[in-house]
Amino acid sequence: MTPVTLLTGFLGSGKTTLLQRLLTDPGMARAAVLINEFGEVGLDHHLLDRIDDNVVLMKSGCICCTVRGEVADALMNLQSLRTRGEIDFDRVVIETTGLADPYPVLQTLRAHPVLRSHFENGGVLTTVDAVNAARQVEHRAEAVRQIAAADRIILTKTDLAQEGDIPALRATLSRINPSARVVTGADATSAIVERLDPALPPLPDETEPGGHHHHHHDLNEDLGVVTFSMTVDQNVDWTDFGIWLTLLLHRYGDRIFRFKGILSIEGEDRPVAVHGVQHLVHAPVHMQHWPDGPRVSRLVFILEGLDPEQIRRSFHAFMGLEKVKAVA
Amino acid sequence: MCSLCGILGCDDHWTHSVDRPGVFTRNTDRHSRRSEGARRVAAANRVLSFRRVTLAEWQGTSYVVSNATGASSVFESFSHLWPEAETLAGREIDPLDEALIEWVEAR
Repeated sequence: MTPVTLLTGFLGSGKTTLLQRLLTDPGMARAAVLINEFGEVGLDHHLLDRIDDNVVLMKSGCICCTVRGEVADALMNLQSLRTRGEIDFDRVVIETTGLADPYPVLQTLRAHPVLRSHFENGGVLTTVDAVNAARQVEHRAEAVRQIAAADRIILTKTDLAQEGDIPALRATLSRINPSARVVTGADATSAIVERLDPALPPLPDETEPGGHHHHHHDLNEDLGVVTFSMTVDQNVDWTDFGIWLTLLLHRYGDRIFRFKGILSIEGEDRPVAVHGVQHLVHAPVHMQHWPDGPRVSRLVFILEGLDPEQIRRSFHAFMGLEKVKAVA
Repeated sequence: MCSLCGILGCDDHWTHSVDRPGVFTRNTDRHSRRSEGARRVAAANRVLSFRRVTLAEWQGTSYVVSNATGASSVFESFSHLWPEAETLAGREIDPLDEALIEWVEAR
């Protein structure tokens, strides 16, 4: 399986600059790169030095509405060239436009009958501009969404930032997305090459043994974006959980920027990690062992405009947890 | 591909915990897959009954949802369940709706 890494980030946050630097890095020599142009001018490809056979320029503009098919076509084309022995690559990087949501591309990889046998999700990398990000997060839901979707966050323009800005920004980033690793531009290659670790436990410090609890932080009051976590000290039934989460994502997937969880499943010794972005759930992973701390199920959501208390109510009802508690 | 009917692909929805490397797996044989399927249908029906819609599995390969007037719809992937059920119910099924939460709690 060839990993596909998505490079996303707000407009002007340094995606192309980063990609340009990465392409000269020997560690990325066998990477095929797909670029998505925005607008008719398509400046981006002039800025990239190496547009060779492995680079396919997608000409349709905004990725969120039109490119799903093109991403599939471009990847199919790469796969077909590789099968014929005309090119060789061991990873693909897709640069998305600044406004794009990574979800349609991830969904294309997952759902396409041919692509899903050849390509896997290699992670979402989000570039975050150290100078402007704090303001963008306050005013633009897309910026929060891209940070929330990231598996790794790459800080750019750190040399231009005021002293003291970066620690504050890191704190903001970790509130929005506590499970993403934050690196600076210099470590970007290792961040791309590194394998995705879906089993990363969310918020390890937020557990209280022996009880149910949940809490949430307002990330952005104006936009109604909150991060919300809940822990449950009873085993969860996998089938009921599947019904609940599929229904929740069906109805509200566009308002759930990201979720991550570690579950204590009825009948299983080892924990199961689940995570996803919006409507998409990645394949659940059986973890080797429990992380340190109590064996409780934990779920973390980054939400927009949904009431965390109602989600907790719904989860407990669907899992039959309140009833168990009442009997006990 | 199904060798009898020639239908491409299979329903490897994330909830099915299919037997694949690196993926949470618990249904490794035919019997456990069928019993998981039956549990899944029962769990879905606890929710769907709120809108008087019923789900049934057909031959372990497809699903059929039907409503109180007898209208029904057949689909193959579990991921189509909620959209199909909502179409037949004629209304949305909202997991955060207090009335649905109480309905599920009572079952």
